Formats: sequence, C-alpha cells, structure tokens
Amino acid sequence: MIAVLALVAGIALGIFFEPTVPAALQPYLPIAVVAALDAVFGGIRARLDGIFDDKQFVISFISNVLVAALIVYLGDQLGVGGQLSTGVVVVLGVRIFGNVAAIRRHLFRA
Amino acid sequence: MTRRDTGLGWPSDPVDRGQIGAEERSTHDETPSIDEKRRQKRFSAAGATIGVLLALLGFALVVQLRSNTSDPELAAARPEDLVRILSDLEAREQRLRNEISALEASQRDLASGARGRQAALEEATRRADEVGILAGTLPAQGSGLLVRFAPGGKPVQAEAILDAVQELRGAGAEAMQIAGVGAGPAGTGGAVRIVASTAFVDADGGLLVEGQRLAAPYTITVIGDPQTMRTALNIPGGVVESVETDGGSVIVEEPGTVDVDALHVQGPLRYAKPTT
Repeated sequence: MIAVLALVAGIALGIFFEPTVPAALQPYLPIAVVAALDAVFGGIRARLDGIFDDKQFVISFISNVLVAALIVYLGDQLGVGGQLSTGVVVVLGVRIFGNVAAIRRHLFRA
Repeated sequence: MTRRDTGLGWPSDPVDRGQIGAEERSTHDETPSIDEKRRQKRFSAAGATIGVLLALLGFALVVQLRSNTSDPELAAARPEDLVRILSDLEAREQRLRNEISALEASQRDLASGARGRQAALEEATRRADEVGILAGTLPAQGSGLLVRFAPGGKPVQAEAILDAVQELRGAGAEAMQIAGVGAGPAGTGGAVRIVASTAFVDADGGLLVEGQRLAAPYTITVIGDPQTMRTALNIPGGVVESVETDGGSVIVEEPGTVDVDALHVQGPLRYAKPTT
C-alpha cells in the first residue's frame, strides 16, 4: 500500500516539477527505469509467492539500477553503448515478461 | 517449482528464503512480543526505503516519458534530415549573428553621427533652397528693382529684353521674372520666371516668353544689389540708352523689397543623371 502511494507521489512530483533530464544522465535514465521496473515486478511476484523480503527488494532494486547504468557506461566507453543498451533492455524485458507471467498465474490461476 | 525457473529475477534462491521463513516462524512461536516489535521496526524502516525507491522510480519514469515525448517530429526524423536541419540552423544562426553585428555597427554610427547628421541635413536643406531659387522652382523675396519697358513708336524688341536680362545677370541678379499685360497664367499676375533656359521671341508686336504671350509694357522684377544693377542698366550704350534710341522708355524703380513669386516648372530630366 505504501509502495503504491509512493509510486503515485513520485509520478505526481514528476508531473508537477517537469524537470529536464541533465545531458550527463540522458543515456542512463531509460535503462535505469527499465531495471527498476524489473525489480518492482520481481518484488510483486515474490510477494504473491509469499517470500517477499524488504531487504532483498531494496538491494535488488538498487543493484539492478546501478548494474544497468554501469553496463551502459561501460558500453559507451567501449564504443558499443547502443548495442549494450539494447542487450540490457532485452534481458530486462525477458525477465519482466517472466515475472509478469508468474504474477498472472498467481492472479488468474492460468 | 517449474514456475520459479521461468522467472529470471529474484528470488533466485528459494531454499534460502525458505530457511529464513522457518527461522522467523520459530522465533515467533517462542517470543511473540519481542519479535513483533522487531518486525514492526524493521518493517517501517524498510517500508520507508521501498517508498523512497518507488517514488524515485515514478519520478524518473515520468521525467523520461516527458523528455522522450518532447519532440516526436525530430525523434522520428532520419539522420540525414537531422544533419540537414542542424546545418540549416547553423547557417541561420550565422546569418543572424552577421545581422546583429551589422545592426550594432549602424547603431554606433547613428549614435556617434547624430549631431553631424543633423548639421548635414540643415546644410542640405539650405543648399536645396538656394538651388531652388536659382532654378526658379521656389519663390524668392529680397532687395531689388522693378524695370519697366514702355514702347514708343516701335514695339520693344525681344533683343532689348534679352540684353537687359543679360546685363542684370552680369550685375549679380539672383532671381528674375517678367510680366506683361494680360496673358499670363492665373495666380502669377501674368508673370514668367526667367531662368537659364528662358527664351524671348518677338510675336506680333508682343513678346513670347516660355510659350506665354505677353503684351507691352513689360516689367522685369529682379532681386539683387539695386545699386549695381541700376548702374549696369544705365551705362552709355547700354539697355536704357538703346531702348530710348528706339523711342521707348525704361523706368527703373527701387521699391526696397520685391517679390519674385512666379515659378518655373521643371520637367523631369531625361538624360542627365546626378553622379554620386
């Protein structure tokens, strides 16, 4: 419940302040958002499985974001930033699909 | 547990999770009050962290969405188009910069030369007035003479009038007009401005000046130094003497200030162009 409220509050803040993304963060923000979404879906799935753990969620969330950003940064330094970003997005997308499938089975028994 | 294998995300170690869960259950059974307190505390701290993280996520999500949807047209454009747009913008910027510097230079010129410009304008206006009087396109007023030619037995010859005009010019006349009886255009009192191109032609006992037919007696109104002009007209063998030889008479009046208000209409120049 708190989590949903916090999410809504964050969205409201984003709409209210209308900040622009700093140029230095521009390549990392989308990947970080996708990584965080992956962590959130993983958390929802764990909750439905009854094995949700706060600490693990927090750590996985932060590490997901950091590792995704790090990979993109590394890719930029190596000159393969675009490809690595695509790779990260594909991997995270596969994970999100898997988690969503598990959530779906929990909710709809199908 | 096949479901868990399909999901690649955490929890990655279900066995470990199960152990912790068992541990918690066991402690819960033994000391419920302490465990409850600890759980409560842990929950609030972790819940706050999760809240902050999710708020950040929502914030970042909205920011990213907004920054992505800010310019769909450019985002959809091909690289070649983007390059063209960029070079267009750069060329435009260059043009605008040039324009700015040109305007600044002209602003400096105007600011520094405003006084000189004013003086130049006054000078030009004064010159235009002078030239207008000389060309006969502006009315003039000043000290001068009225020279009246009355015929005797014979009509006054155009030649005599021309002589008089030449003589007056030689004596420094600045503006002249000639009037006869009758036939002038309305408003000028039958007067014709005498300019450099004015011609005098004899016509049936009268005088044809610039296409106007004038009848005797004629009056030349002239602006200039009265003494010099009067002397010039009266020299031996001069205008007065030759007209009187023909039986006519020349009366020179000096009324003080005279008006030369007949105007010469200058048509547009067809061949001569000013050089600058």
